[in-house]
Parts: sequence; structure tokens; C-alpha cells
Amino acid sequence: MNAELQTAAYIAATVLFILSLGGLKDQESAKRGVWFGIVGMAIAVLATVFGPIDPHDITLGTVLAASPVVLLIAVVIGAVIGAVVAKRVEMTGMPQLVAMLHSFVGLAAVFIGLNSDMTAHAFPTPAEEVIHEIEIFLGVFIGAITFTGSLIAYGKLAGRIDGKAMLLPGRHLWNIVMVVVSFILLIMYMNGAGAWTLYLMTLIAFVIGVHMVMAIGGADMPVVVSMLNSYSGWAAAATGFLLGNDLLIVTGALVGSSGAILSYIMCKAMNRHFISVILGGFGNSTGPAMEIEGEMIAIDADGVAASLEDADSVIIVPGYGMAVAQAQQNVAELTRRLRAKGKEVRFAIHPVAGRLPGHMNVLLAEAKVPYDIVMEMDEINEDFPETDVVIVIGSNDIVNPAAQEDPNSPIAGMPVLEVWKAKQVFVSKRGQGTGYSGIENPLFFKENTRMYYGDAKASLDTLLQLIS
Amino acid sequence: MKIGTPKELFEGEARVAMTPSSAQQLQKLGYDCVLESGAGVLAGFSDAVYAEAGVEIVPNAAALWEAADIVAKVRQPESDELKYLAKGKTLISFFNPAGNEEGMEAAKAAGSNVIAMEMVPRISRAQKMDALSSMANIAGYRAVIEAGNNFGRFFTGQITAAGKVPPARVLIVGAGVAGLAAIGTSVALGAVTYAFDVRPEVAEQVESMGAEFVYLDFEEEQQDGSATGGYASVQSEEFRNAQLAKFREIAGDMDIVITTALIPNRPAPKLWLEDMVKAMKPGSVIVDLAAERGGNVEGTVKDEKVVTDNGVTIVGYTDFPSRMGAQASELYATNIRHMMTDLTPEKDGQINHNMEDDVIRGATVTFEGEITFPPPPPKIQAIAAQPKKEVKEKTPEEIKAEEEAAARKAGRQQIGLLVAGAVIMGLIGLYAPAAFMGHFIVFVLAVFIGFQVIWGVSHSLHTPLMAVTNAISGIIILGSLLQLGSGSWIVLLLAFISILIASINIVGGFMVTRRMLQMFQKS
Repeated sequence: MNAELQTAAYIAATVLFILSLGGLKDQESAKRGVWFGIVGMAIAVLATVFGPIDPHDITLGTVLAASPVVLLIAVVIGAVIGAVVAKRVEMTGMPQLVAMLHSFVGLAAVFIGLNSDMTAHAFPTPAEEVIHEIEIFLGVFIGAITFTGSLIAYGKLAGRIDGKAMLLPGRHLWNIVMVVVSFILLIMYMNGAGAWTLYLMTLIAFVIGVHMVMAIGGADMPVVVSMLNSYSGWAAAATGFLLGNDLLIVTGALVGSSGAILSYIMCKAMNRHFISVILGGFGNSTGPAMEIEGEMIAIDADGVAASLEDADSVIIVPGYGMAVAQAQQNVAELTRRLRAKGKEVRFAIHPVAGRLPGHMNVLLAEAKVPYDIVMEMDEINEDFPETDVVIVIGSNDIVNPAAQEDPNSPIAGMPVLEVWKAKQVFVSKRGQGTGYSGIENPLFFKENTRMYYGDAKASLDTLLQLIS
Repeated sequence: MKIGTPKELFEGEARVAMTPSSAQQLQKLGYDCVLESGAGVLAGFSDAVYAEAGVEIVPNAAALWEAADIVAKVRQPESDELKYLAKGKTLISFFNPAGNEEGMEAAKAAGSNVIAMEMVPRISRAQKMDALSSMANIAGYRAVIEAGNNFGRFFTGQITAAGKVPPARVLIVGAGVAGLAAIGTSVALGAVTYAFDVRPEVAEQVESMGAEFVYLDFEEEQQDGSATGGYASVQSEEFRNAQLAKFREIAGDMDIVITTALIPNRPAPKLWLEDMVKAMKPGSVIVDLAAERGGNVEGTVKDEKVVTDNGVTIVGYTDFPSRMGAQASELYATNIRHMMTDLTPEKDGQINHNMEDDVIRGATVTFEGEITFPPPPPKIQAIAAQPKKEVKEKTPEEIKAEEEAAARKAGRQQIGLLVAGAVIMGLIGLYAPAAFMGHFIVFVLAVFIGFQVIWGVSHSLHTPLMAVTNAISGIIILGSLLQLGSGSWIVLLLAFISILIASINIVGGFMVTRRMLQMFQKS
């Protein structure tokens, strides 16, 4: 395959990738879109494998011919591992998996950069050499941050690392110092100080990645995951510049901008500034929190069942607690039974419910809850006053009225689901503790709120026995 | 400690402050219960039932006041009872502290602690012991029943073979707890129900109960009723005239009028004047729930039922809760029991009279030889929310001007960004080689396309989006593929690893995305 044909194949792959992402505008076209992505990827990989190693020097032969054994073994092992992981993963484990996969892209970018440094190159002009060196440095830097950052995010999401934000004293200073040192190393590297500057910078970037994500609390994880998604794209784009490969550049830029937009949407949904999320720690409140009036009143399954029997309209607000308890099947069963009785049942999904953007949608879809009764916050928030019963399952901060009522609350101004306006609210919750952000929730003390304590799954099991 | 309940001395009082079920609850708090023989008879609870619930029965009042450390009763204590007060005893009862100087002095002199049930602050935490509300609820219900008893027709409209019956028209004046209970009962019986209140913010509550709110054509800023703890306050003269004019207008159409208007610590306002009574049809019924304080209706006689010359019945009873002795006793005893729960945080049968607690402090009128009435205002202000300050409606011109300003600002920002971008591009162009610029164009365009495409992605598909971009970013495999040709073994090893992990990414990412998308289904 000559270089021109390869370029044509790359153009086809680019178009297919764009269509693949654009297909996600609704559920039906998305299924088609994934196929576009798969075909595009296949074309890109095959065109590269059968294409020349160096377009300027065809005598070197194709990539396939260079080391076919290494190539095949690597691809086959990787594909098998990927397939097994994808089959095995629980839908509730999706955030961890995504974070893990991000780290791979980062690591690959680091390796490619290091390799590029080790391979000898001849440059027609000094300017090209400078650009090349900057590209190596940048690719490795972004890749390394993505790698360790994603690993830490994985650890936090999988519960292997404490989800709380770890705030070292003077952490901003540390970050600045590390970035400045990296920059100095870049200057030294460009002036021929040797490969050790690159390796040292790689280590520093690893530390930056760890430090940055450690400082971000569990509640901000959706933003972190989409931000790392963005980084992995930029790392790929930087690699593309390094190798002069337009397809890598385009794809990297697509992924990078996609992640950036997702992060922006998440931040907007939490009323946080992107910068303050990235810099870590939870915004300090400026005054004492509002006193909470009333008391938490518990209720048992009989009471919940009786209210549900009387209700005409029900809205279910799922949160991370539902994912943790693996209760989505029970929720779906409850929905089916209530709908069979002619009641209107809908779901209200807050943009940051769960630990990943769209996390709840995926879990509900897994449990075969029809997606046309699953509503976004903006679609359903006005309907709460006309709703008979709201069931809050394992969510806390996203239904916290303090966001609207208490200007001193750390989450003040964050858009929330206004469940307290419904006639009756049941909160399924394990105990009296606070949510991920550690803020008291006045909702639990409202007069129309009843607390239905217990593990979400066990509670729903009991409830299902009472509702035929 | 022992809690005791004597027989009510007030003539005809059927309520009792302790029921067999509340006694069982009190025992769970660690108290022993004592009852004067026969105290529950009028409410339908015999001594035997109490004994079964573990209550000790004593023959007379003297023995009861002697035995009990805490006395719970309903009516304000009479002078015969005041003399039983002694140091260390606690009395929980309606006490009317504002008009019961003698009682408070007696309690102060005896050194008793007195908790007046009508003084329980109206905050949500204290609702479970708000006996005024639970009694008002009963009064409202009973008022409708009493009206129906004296009304010669159906409440609900019917079309029968024997002719058409129009529905009764019921007007409820004052939509407090009693008024709302009356509205609920009246609507449930099928009458066409109207309601009026001086606090316009309760219109929503009235309408939620199924009644129609009677609005006044009145311009003046109406007073914010929520400033007075959810009670109505005195109105201006103009307002009163507008209100009376409205009543005059509708009086002839109403079959039943139930008035519940009370202003704290004042005589009841006269709202239904003689001419309105005269305007009503013969056979109509008026129930005046404010009769105890002089009545809202001209012609009300306290504790009596009178029929006017034009055949309108005016009911002026003041003992509606007592007329439903069993129900009223259950509710009141439960209020008392909740009060005891708050007084016994340890559940050890020992009273802990915590004067730091807003509710207990508010309700206590004498404490350890001191009169503690009136209480300081509670730290937490009352129930009803402040009415929203009306946002000034913007004129179309203002909106237009604002939009233009916003558009200009956005335009300026955009131009600024473009200029800055152009400068940076220029700087790069000055130094960078041609090959780089070619890639750079591709990069910038791709970022733009990415932004445009991703904005259209549906929110519910953000997780699949993440997974698919993840798979696509596995494209980095191309980089490692191109490095396979290198001779160095370390380069080869690193390239091997990156191909391997990038393959995991590609295959895993796409498969997971497909798995997720297959789950989405329409109903």
C-alpha cells in the first residue's frame, strides 16, 4: 500500500470517527454510530499495518513486514484481554473501567515519546528539531499525567483509595514548582543536556498526576473522569504531531474536545468552576450552615407500600447508593409493577448523579427501564409539585434543598432536583450519615419526608413483597 | 415518677388527658400511670380498660394529686384543683396563662411547674404536641357535622326520580386549622364550598382542599399574615369594609356559614353582621366557632343554639372537641405523650425540664417558683414562608436592550478571542516549519469539529460517549505501530507494550459501548 492510498484510508477513518461521535445524539443512531467507529478503527489500523514505515522511504518496507510476530502477539493478547474485561465488567463498575482504560492511553503516549527520543532522526532545519523536541516533551508530559491520574481515579472509584480529597499544605505551590522544573528540564533537553532530563520530567509528571487527582474529592469524580478523557485525547494528538500523523492528530483532538465539553457540562451541573475542581478540595463555606429545623422520621415498608398504592404519579430519583447496592433490578421491577397498576412512574436523573456522566442512565438501561420514562433534571423539575410520591434511592447532595435555601452551604447555587415540593418524599438510605460531600441535608428533616432506612436493595426487596 | 390524670371538673367535659393507649406509651418512657376512677367514662374508656393497660386507679381527686408527680389534664385547673399544687409537682394542661393571673400566682406560690399546652410554639418540630391544632381540627370537622344536623337538606346535589336537589353552598370564614378541617369535611360531604381568609397566601391551601377562595377586590397591600406566626392579625378599616361588602354580596346564596376567625388575645372580630344573617334564606345554618370569644356573628349566644326570626339557626357551642370525646381524648393524650417524650430524653421515667429547649421553654408558664410567662420569642421563626418579593416585570424594551447588550458583549469577546488566536497563529507561523503548520491546521479544525459534534450528544448517552471516545483514543496504537521498524530492542519492547494496551483499549472500549447501547430500549 502506498502513502497516497494510506492517506485516503485515513480520511475515511476520520469521517467515520466523526460520524460515530455524532451518532450519539440519540439512542437509536448511537447503535449505528458504534459500528462506524469500529469500521473506522479497523481501516486505520489495517492501513497502517500494510502501509510503509516511512512514507519518504518506501524501501524500508511495510509495518507488517518489520516485526510481524511482535505485532500479532501484542494485538491478539490485547484484544483478548479487552474482550474479557468488557464482557465481565458490571455496569456499576463502569467508572473504574473507563478510568483504567484512560491510563492505558496515557502510558502508550509516554512509551511512544520515549521511543521517539531513542530513535535517531535527521532534521533539515533547526526549527524542526526544536518543534520535534517540544512535541516529545509535551506528549510524554500529558501522557504521564493521564497515566497516573487515571490510576488514582481508578483506585478512588473502585474504593481501593480513600475517596476523600487529600489536601497537602501548599499544594498549589508544589504543582507550580513541579511544572516550572519540568519547563526548565525542557529547556535543558533542547540544549542537548541528554535524555536524563526527559526521564526526570516523566517522573515529575507522574507525581503531578497522582497529586492532582488525590486532591479531588469523590463527589467531583465525574468531572475528573471526563477531564482525564480529555487529557488522553490531547496526549494522542501530541503523539500525532510527534509522528507527523494527521489521523492521530484529528482523533486526538476529537477526543480531547469531547472530554473538555463533558467536563464543562459536569461543572455547570454542579455550579462549580472548572478551575476550582481541578485545583482540588471543596470550596470553603463563608459562614455557619443554616440550622436545620425538624427531625428525621423513619417509616417502614408497609407505610411506603400504602402510599405507593394511593399515588397516581411517582418519580424515582436514583443516586450512587442505588449503584452501590446493585438495586437497579429491584427498582426496575418496582417500576414495572407500579406501571402495571396504571400509575405514572418516571425517573429524574441529575446530571452528576453517580460517579460518571450518565452513570444512572446506563444502570437503568441495564435493568431494562424504558429510556423514554427516564428524564433529565430540566425536563422534570417543574413536575415535582404535582407529584404524589417521590422515592429517593441512595442520592443525597443532588436533592439537597440547602443548595437553594442556604447561601452558606458549600453547594449553594448548585442546581438540584426539587423533590421536597412533592406531596410525599421517601428517602431510602442506609443510615443517618451525610452524602459524599459531607453536608447535612435538610430534605431529610422536612415534614413531608419519611426516611426508609436500610440497604437500598434489601429495602426494595421488602417493598416488592408488599406490592403485587 | 408517676403521671396522673384526674376527672375533669368542668361541666359536660368529655375529654380525658390519658387514654389506655397513651398510658402504655408513657409506661415505655419509664413512668407509672395513675387515674382517678371514672375519668375516662365520658370519652368511652372504662376503669377496667385502663387497669388492663397497667394504669393504677385511685378513688378520688385528692388521692390522685397526692400520688402523681406529674398531672396531665385537659381544662384549665379550677380553684379546687389549684390548691393541690405543691412543690416538685408538674402540671400539664390548657392553662390560658394570658387570662389566668390567679392560676399562675397559685402555681408560683406552690412552687409547681406548669406547662400550658396552648403555649406550645407553632414551629414544625413542636407540631406533634400542638394540642390547639389537634383540637381545632376536631372543631372544624364537628362544626360541619353540627351544621348538617341542623340543616334540612342534603349537602350533595342529586338528581333523583323524585326531583332535583341542589347542592348545599357552604362558606367557611377563616382558613386556619379548624377552617381547613371544615373545608375538607364539607367538600367530602359533597357541598359546594367557598372559603375566605384575610391572609391571601392561604388561597393555595384552600384550593388544594377543593374549596373556592373568595377574593376581595382590594388594592391595598395586604398584611403579611406569616409575620405573626401563622395567625391572622387586625385589619385596616378599608380592608374590613371591602370584606363586609363581599360577605353582604354573597350572604343570600349561602346555605351554611361556618366562621372560625380568631385573632390571638383579642375578642373575635364581628364579620357576619345582622343584615347578613337577615339576608340568608330560612333554614340556613351558621356555626360560630369563635363563640368563646364573643363570636364572629352578630346574634351568637355562647353555648347555645338560637333560631332567628327569619329562620336561620345560629350554633354557638364552644365544646366541639368535647362533643367528640373519644377522638379528642386520643389526639390530646397523644399530644401530651409527645410532650412527655421531649421532657424525658433518657426514657428513664425522670422528668428533665430543660429550659434551654425552645418548645419546653415556650410552653412553661411557671417554673420553680417563678412566673415564666410570657416566654421570649422562639429562636426559630414560625411556619409560613415569607411571601416572595415580587420581581418587577421587565418591559419588552428593557429585555431587548439587555439582549442587545449581551449580544454586543459576546461579540466583543469573540472578536477578542479571534484576534488573540490570530496573533498566536502568526507567532507560530513566523518560526514553525511548513510541515508543522500543515498538521496544525488539521488539529485546529478537528478541535472545532469535535466541539460542534459533542454539543449535540444526548445527556443520557454521556457514559457511552466516554467509552467510545476511549476506544477511539486507542488510535494511539498507530504511533506504536510505526515504531516497530526500529532496530533497538528496548524501543521494540516499549512499542510491544503500547500496542498491547492500546488494543485492550480499542477492543474493550468498543465492546463495552455496544453492551451499554444495547440496553437502551423504548417502552
